[in-house]
Amino acid sequence: MIEFKMPSLGADMEQGTLVEWLKQPGDIIHRGDVLAVVETQKGAIEIEVFNDGVLRDCRASPGDRVPVGEVIAILDGDDVSGMSIDKPSVSAVPSQAPVPDKPLSPGPRVTPAARRLAQQIGLDVRNIAPDGSGVVGLRQVQASSTETSPPKVQPAGIDFKAMRAAIAAAMARSNREIPHYYVSSDIDVTVFMDWLAQENARRSVADRLLYAVPLFRILAGTLVDTPELNGHYDQGTFSPAQTVNAGIAIAMRGGGLVAPSIQDVAGKSVDELRISLTDLVGRVRSGRLRSSELSNATVTFSNLGERTADTLMPIIYPPQVAIIGCGQIVRRPWVKDGEVHVRQIMSVTVAGDHRVSDGRSAARFLSRFEKRLTKPEDL
Amino acid sequence: MNKPELSELVTRALYAVAPDLEGETIDPETPFRDQFEFDSMDFLNFIIELHQASGEEIAEADYPQLASLNDCVSYLKQKNV
Repeated sequence: MIEFKMPSLGADMEQGTLVEWLKQPGDIIHRGDVLAVVETQKGAIEIEVFNDGVLRDCRASPGDRVPVGEVIAILDGDDVSGMSIDKPSVSAVPSQAPVPDKPLSPGPRVTPAARRLAQQIGLDVRNIAPDGSGVVGLRQVQASSTETSPPKVQPAGIDFKAMRAAIAAAMARSNREIPHYYVSSDIDVTVFMDWLAQENARRSVADRLLYAVPLFRILAGTLVDTPELNGHYDQGTFSPAQTVNAGIAIAMRGGGLVAPSIQDVAGKSVDELRISLTDLVGRVRSGRLRSSELSNATVTFSNLGERTADTLMPIIYPPQVAIIGCGQIVRRPWVKDGEVHVRQIMSVTVAGDHRVSDGRSAARFLSRFEKRLTKPEDL
Repeated sequence: MNKPELSELVTRALYAVAPDLEGETIDPETPFRDQFEFDSMDFLNFIIELHQASGEEIAEADYPQLASLNDCVSYLKQKNV
């Protein structure tokens, strides 16, 4: 018999609301199957099971708010994985059979983005006048927010105040507990970007690469050689990870931030990573992430992207021990071979945990990363 | 296709890559990036959708011509989609 508990989907989660069961008592269950959908501050999360067995009993009903660690289901079967459900190990969890991406049923005539914005600013969508075609969109919410005072009713769904509070709790813990150090380099990425342009020119539309894809792949490849920046620090002990499971910071439209992970980034080809990243961003947008993606990142990458800002000083997401921030790529005068050239420059910052490593590790990492960027054809 | 049909095609491509925007009214002149916090990934996925829906092989160099709804309609019109 296995007790299946409400999983912790990150250091900032205290409870989740059960949305629906995707398996019923009596169903045969395989490792990786999605058992239920749980609403958290990070949206609707698909909860996976790590054992084979039979679902015997569901202990929670849709709508129940369940604290992390409380039993929500009983499974018959052997605890073959040896992995506790509420604390997935650092090692890679194999990817599962594809799960249908059906979004939570949105209310009629209110767009999901509008609903989210209304929740964030504390408006009840039922009080917002629709446009001429009967749709409440972002513009109607924005117009309404300037004229009405926030009502008391908070609809179910992503609660942006709670999400902000959760981010604040995790980051406050990080700042309180983790002695951060920062090491940063401006890196010439011209060779890398030229390679990418050539690569994309010969690819069909659907296969083209965002620069983030090979960038993340090279970051992960470099991390393999710097294990002190990749793993978990828990109860006074650092456990380096066997694979680079990179949390990717993704901003949500309307506010908020999630950093779901991609397993074993260093072990993926560029195209495998492209497919994983597209899938992940798609599911952030539609509000369907999986539990394993929120709990087993071993490092986080935060890439600001085009038309943003030059440098960021990110904060480590506990229990991880490093986060790497990449600023936008800008054209700058740059001295190369004794002459000034216009080159494409990216500022890369490593925040590390002094309980585990020193600035020297990060400096070594950056110098190796810079070298790898000059040989993108090795990917 | 005529302009309303192209406009419909572009709108559907946008909703497909950003399901949370489904039903939003799109201002035809304002770039998607400015209107909906579209990031690079959203934009690339949008181009892929547009390519699949129109059959048009869109060169990377043409991306700046596809910033807004009206831009996209003119571009596809000019390509005889």
